[in-house]
Amino acid sequence: MATPGRRESWIPHFVLIIGVVVFAFPIYFALIGSTHDAATISTGRMPLVPGGHTVENYWQALTSGSGSHILATPVRTLLINSLIMALVIAVGKIAISIISAYAVVFFDFPCRMFFFWMIFVTLMLPVEVRIIPTYKVVTDLGMINTFSGLTIPLIASATATLLFRQVFLTIPDELAEAAKIDGAGPLRFFWQMVLPLSKTNIAALFVILFIYGWNQYLWPLLITTNRSMETIVIGIVKMIGTSDAQTDWNLIMATAILAMLPPVAVVIFMQHWFVKGLVETEK
Amino acid sequence: MLVAPQLTITVVFFFWPAAQAIYYSVLRQDPFGLRTEFVWIENFRIILTDPLYLGSIQVTIIFSTAVAMLAMGVALLFAVMADTGIRGTQVYRTLLMWPYAVAPAVAASLWLFIFHPSIGIIGRHLNEMGMLWDYRLNGGQALLLVILASTWKQVSYNFLFFLAGLQAIPKSVIEAASMDAGRARCFWSIVFPLLSPTTFFLVVVNVVYAFFDTFGVIHALTGGGPAKATETLIYKVYTDGVMNLDLGGSSAQSVILMVFVITLTALQFRFIERKVHY
Repeated sequence: MATPGRRESWIPHFVLIIGVVVFAFPIYFALIGSTHDAATISTGRMPLVPGGHTVENYWQALTSGSGSHILATPVRTLLINSLIMALVIAVGKIAISIISAYAVVFFDFPCRMFFFWMIFVTLMLPVEVRIIPTYKVVTDLGMINTFSGLTIPLIASATATLLFRQVFLTIPDELAEAAKIDGAGPLRFFWQMVLPLSKTNIAALFVILFIYGWNQYLWPLLITTNRSMETIVIGIVKMIGTSDAQTDWNLIMATAILAMLPPVAVVIFMQHWFVKGLVETEK
Repeated sequence: MLVAPQLTITVVFFFWPAAQAIYYSVLRQDPFGLRTEFVWIENFRIILTDPLYLGSIQVTIIFSTAVAMLAMGVALLFAVMADTGIRGTQVYRTLLMWPYAVAPAVAASLWLFIFHPSIGIIGRHLNEMGMLWDYRLNGGQALLLVILASTWKQVSYNFLFFLAGLQAIPKSVIEAASMDAGRARCFWSIVFPLLSPTTFFLVVVNVVYAFFDTFGVIHALTGGGPAKATETLIYKVYTDGVMNLDLGGSSAQSVILMVFVITLTALQFRFIERKVHY
């Protein structure tokens, strides 16, 4: 495989270019859809070149979110909700797992392994499986329609804790002892040694968790009954509604583009961290 | 106590709900929540003999097999092509990577726009060519559309792992093998077996993805319909629990799914342990 002959080297390019085109087509079509007006789209004969309604479509989606057929929350609000949710989940998960991993690795306390296993088994229960009872717990705690209800149940993460544990285990004991001899307390050791050493892992994890948080669907669907609390992913599905031909498809497509812009941008611009994060969290 | 925050959340939002699911799965409540009686395994018996539940098991099996096979097959093809030592592997990787970041429900809305029977570019052409295409009426077409949209999203993930797996195989091994045998033979008898840890891992990940993460795709595209043709197990937990308020039945389904996921995870760990020792 390492010795491509002149004759066959066009085949891989050909296959990959077809792949890229097929995979990009839905996005291209949505982009085009967001530049025409609703009437052009509903005839079913939308041209495959951009139309002239780009600015007004995006402006209308961002500011009101409602067209002649749909009544929705302004996409501006949805974007802010999604952003808050994704950031809180990403930062929260990293924060609580790094401190619990720190505790499990560097401190000796009773039931240490028991606590570790308790965190570990949660790996086996994705939120979807226990969705109804979790929903009930959150309702009982009065956390419906709040950001805390939206984010806290998703924050506990065994994967992040495991990852940080792996990283911390590679820090040699001598280093911890040296720090202790130099008079650094546990807090100082954490800030000045552990945290800088795990910087790259934090960045990688952040990219993965940001996308995870942004793309959540089932949980926000249950928790947000108030339209002003909806995330953009929920908002777009509500806009589609019954999926009639006669709806404001131009606005829906503009919203779809806005909804995927932040996570796609994060993946493309932080590609290096993204690949690293994927490979490491799933190990 | 540094573990306290994580433990609190774990107990409140993991163990407590899981315990409740098990608890409710052996109870039956009347619709007004006034009376609750202990029915032992009655809920499980009802579910496992319910033709609707068995139907949704069948849908789930077809759906996840199709998604896993398609997503992995296409990804493997791309990865092998990208690993032939051509220029621009990095560029192709970037261009094939980003669907991972698109939310399942957003992916569904993009595919809806293409395959909509009257306004979608492909849907309309299919109808004009005389094929009756309407995924809102035809269950088979609905399932096909859901499979396509879910696969589209998952290929990039599999591609990244297959590519990493291929690049980890020493080039000298492949060169030696391709001298002795043809290229196709070399792939199936040398490269593919060496990739098997990656493949196995991806099978587990893809099945879990098809089971749980595709809820958004299904909810946005078909809503489980038409006539329950795209109602997977997780979708049924949602409709029974949230829409029909059948707490006992839905909890029993949750428990069945939990057992399934735990078995799958245990299998995966055993396999990884074995892999270390060979």
